[in-house]
Amino acid sequence: MTLRAGVIVFPGSNCDRDMAVALRAAGADVTMVWHKDASLPAGLDLVAVPGGFSFGDYLRCGAIAARAPILRAVVDFARAGGHVLGVCNGFQVLIEAGLLPGALMRNARLKFICAPVGLEIATTDSPFTRDYAPGEAIVLPVAHHDGNYHADADTLAALEAEDRVAFRYARDINGSMNEIAGILSANRRVLGMMPHPERAVDPVHGGIGGKRLFAGIAAALENAAVQGA
Amino acid sequence: MRARVHVTLKPGVLDPQGAAVLHALGSLGFDDVDGVRVGKVIELELSDTDPEAARARVDAMCRALLANTVIENYDVEIA
Repeated sequence: MTLRAGVIVFPGSNCDRDMAVALRAAGADVTMVWHKDASLPAGLDLVAVPGGFSFGDYLRCGAIAARAPILRAVVDFARAGGHVLGVCNGFQVLIEAGLLPGALMRNARLKFICAPVGLEIATTDSPFTRDYAPGEAIVLPVAHHDGNYHADADTLAALEAEDRVAFRYARDINGSMNEIAGILSANRRVLGMMPHPERAVDPVHGGIGGKRLFAGIAAALENAAVQGA
Repeated sequence: MRARVHVTLKPGVLDPQGAAVLHALGSLGFDDVDGVRVGKVIELELSDTDPEAARARVDAMCRALLANTVIENYDVEIA
């Protein structure tokens, strides 16, 4: 079974094609999905919400995109057990849509950060991180102004207790609580992360730290399809 | 009828913009400022003519979109 993935495209998305390239390199069949569509193509295994500056980051990053017609379909897809990956602005959109808890605020030192950063794999218990080693150090690029993860004390404690932090920054770069760079939903099928795995899947990118994320999700969903058949 | 919505960060939520403005005021010699919090004002032109109905609608708008209640408080003025 080939992984069937949809990549959502908003006005202002700028990592949508990179995401499609990374997914196709992992063997996925990829369909681009326009934000005004009210439904997803039938039979998708994975929806990816890409990075960029959807709707110009007006009001709050991701706020307008989270109310776009297609997001209702993405929320329904996730609530029905579908897998969703949100990267950078996509992470902001998933939080604004209520699929992941907390908020992403302006970076603590106010700078837009565009750099490769060291990350720690905080859990391998997810289809996205299963091909990494626990605690493994990887490098992925970040490019954001609003990646400062904030949550109330109860939410933060629950994320830690339930092993739902997927990635942590090796050192503080943006003020994020507990150095959180990516988190999972309670059912571990929705991942939101600020670093860009799709920009690190080919040696010409300067690193391949993101390659196993796409390989992992493709293998996990192919196995699920085989077992379900 | 017009509504004015004030959106402010909740107490205890770090406000890097406020901290930067505080620092800049200090560098201009305004060293009597103990704290700065930066928020937003959103003005809405409404077709409602009943203030109570308008307030209820704007409250719903704040919860649905205008404020992120994880980190922000809001306050509605109807005029």
